[in-house]
Amino acid sequence: MEAATTKERKTETRYGRTGRFFRKALQNRWLYAMSLPFVVWVFVFSYLPLWGWMMAFQRYRPGRPFSEQEWVGLEHFRALFQDDLFYQALRNTLAMSLMGLVAGFVVPIFFALMLNEVRQMLFKRFVQTVSYLPHFVSWVVVAGIVTKMLSTEGGPVNDLLLWLGVIDQPYQFMAKGKLFWIIVTLADVWKETGWNAIIYLAAIAGIGPELYEAARVDGASRLQQMWHITLPGIRTTIVILLIMSIGHLISIGFEKQFLLGNNLVREYSQVLDLYALNYGLGMGRFSFGTAINIFNSVVSVILLFAANGIFKRVTRESIM
Amino acid sequence: MGSRGFAKSSLSDRLFDAVVYLYAAFVLVITLYPFLHVAAISLNDSIDTVRGGITIYPRKFTLKNYEVIFSYQHLGTGFRNSALRTLIGTALGVISSSMIAYTLSRKDFQGRRFVSVFLALTMYVSGGLIPFFLLIRELNMMNTFAVYILPGIVSAFNVFVVRSFIDGLPYALQESAKIDGANDFTIYWRIILPLTKPALATIALFVAVGHWNSWFDTYLFNSQAEHLTTLQYELMKVLQSTQSNVDYRARNMTEVMAQISPESVKMAITMVVTLPILFVYPFLQRYFVKGMTLGAVKS
Repeated sequence: MEAATTKERKTETRYGRTGRFFRKALQNRWLYAMSLPFVVWVFVFSYLPLWGWMMAFQRYRPGRPFSEQEWVGLEHFRALFQDDLFYQALRNTLAMSLMGLVAGFVVPIFFALMLNEVRQMLFKRFVQTVSYLPHFVSWVVVAGIVTKMLSTEGGPVNDLLLWLGVIDQPYQFMAKGKLFWIIVTLADVWKETGWNAIIYLAAIAGIGPELYEAARVDGASRLQQMWHITLPGIRTTIVILLIMSIGHLISIGFEKQFLLGNNLVREYSQVLDLYALNYGLGMGRFSFGTAINIFNSVVSVILLFAANGIFKRVTRESIM
Repeated sequence: MGSRGFAKSSLSDRLFDAVVYLYAAFVLVITLYPFLHVAAISLNDSIDTVRGGITIYPRKFTLKNYEVIFSYQHLGTGFRNSALRTLIGTALGVISSSMIAYTLSRKDFQGRRFVSVFLALTMYVSGGLIPFFLLIRELNMMNTFAVYILPGIVSAFNVFVVRSFIDGLPYALQESAKIDGANDFTIYWRIILPLTKPALATIALFVAVGHWNSWFDTYLFNSQAEHLTTLQYELMKVLQSTQSNVDYRARNMTEVMAQISPESVKMAITMVVTLPILFVYPFLQRYFVKGMTLGAVKS
């Protein structure tokens, strides 16, 4: 059968090739039936919104057919780039994503390295199991917990600082704009460190024990083994994950900022998505909001390509 | 590891050990303390709580806080909807991801490359909030239960997790079934589906947790429909209600709060929302650890 198809291919005309395509398609009919419905699905829910981007170049009014919308060119983008709030939102987005990138990167690696050194397996497994817990809890709950922990009325953090004598009256953490970025970053670290460490721990498990034995014979201390064997052993994993997260740098979402923020800290909590939500959707300015969304998407795609370019240089492979 | 008895099981190594265990203990405390604190307050007498000083155990034990929040009718509705969307959404998500993953793993499938690129792009480009909002409105899905289920059925990430798992299975299994005359769907249903159970368990967990934890779709699309509320959304309203951006929609809950202090209500609801997850996730640990590693390698 295989040999026959090869011979066929040699003598085929263009027409015959199309015929072969349909014969193959007929053979694949079950596979088509199992995937095409979902392709349509994805088209509707993920690609149709992209078509909605055209709204950003119109003065969109709901309830009118598409052809009767008024085209306004780049007017909304011009308005956007002249809005001080836009630059504020951009600053907040970049600041929190950068802080999140650095902290969300360094802390899990450190955690994995340390946990790897715990020799009592039962204790180690217990710590690891507990460390996953916050990942499965919603941001609504985490925001509630953070607010509670930092509260001025019996919040444990304030209680502790009072007891230690660091402060002499409760400090209003949640009302200080300058602290907001740090609070969001720390909340993120608290929630995701254990989860993000899974991959590093798996990579560490793959390092050959003979390396450690050799190092011990040479008289290396535990700290030296961690530094010279374990850390280099997971270097590739670290590089891959770093580059991948650069690609997602600007798409940090807005859940944390929405839930942890309040009017007192808005100057620091409003990220691009929230800006689109408040000043686009919330005010019925659909076209203006879409322009914000487009800006966000375009920047993240550029970052992704840049990250992929670096990745190709480093590993000669593509992540896309 | 007992044979580390070389001359250098030294002071520095013991110091190192001490630092490691101290750090591990620190992680344990900062992770567990908040949960225990919340649990303690939720089980403590509301008036007594106001005095302050509760740590990780209730000082004046009571179940009153829970009684009060369970009398709040929206919580029951929210619980029902959250459970329902989690069940239906997870079932559909697992079936769809595994089906597409199977077709993508078939090297002789013509549409393989197209479908896989078509899916992968959705992981990186999204239309954004407002075009999506208008799409849902155009499709008449505002204030419907369907909006919880339909948009999220296909997830590219999950498809790729399952596919990399299927790729790891011996291809010969499929071929022998083929010779026996089984069609592709039968192969998927009879052979692939049972063999991919570990991967399916992983994505089922991801999808289920995602459904259980989501609140934004309720906020955005169904906030006018009280019978479609979800547990997370109710909690969100309550938690935000006495923060500085007062939310007027939480009126009903504020009435409930008048009976006991808001603090106790918040903590009790937080417990109700969190407990189901607390019970489930340790048992699924071995699956998601495997799944995380798989997903990272392939995607």
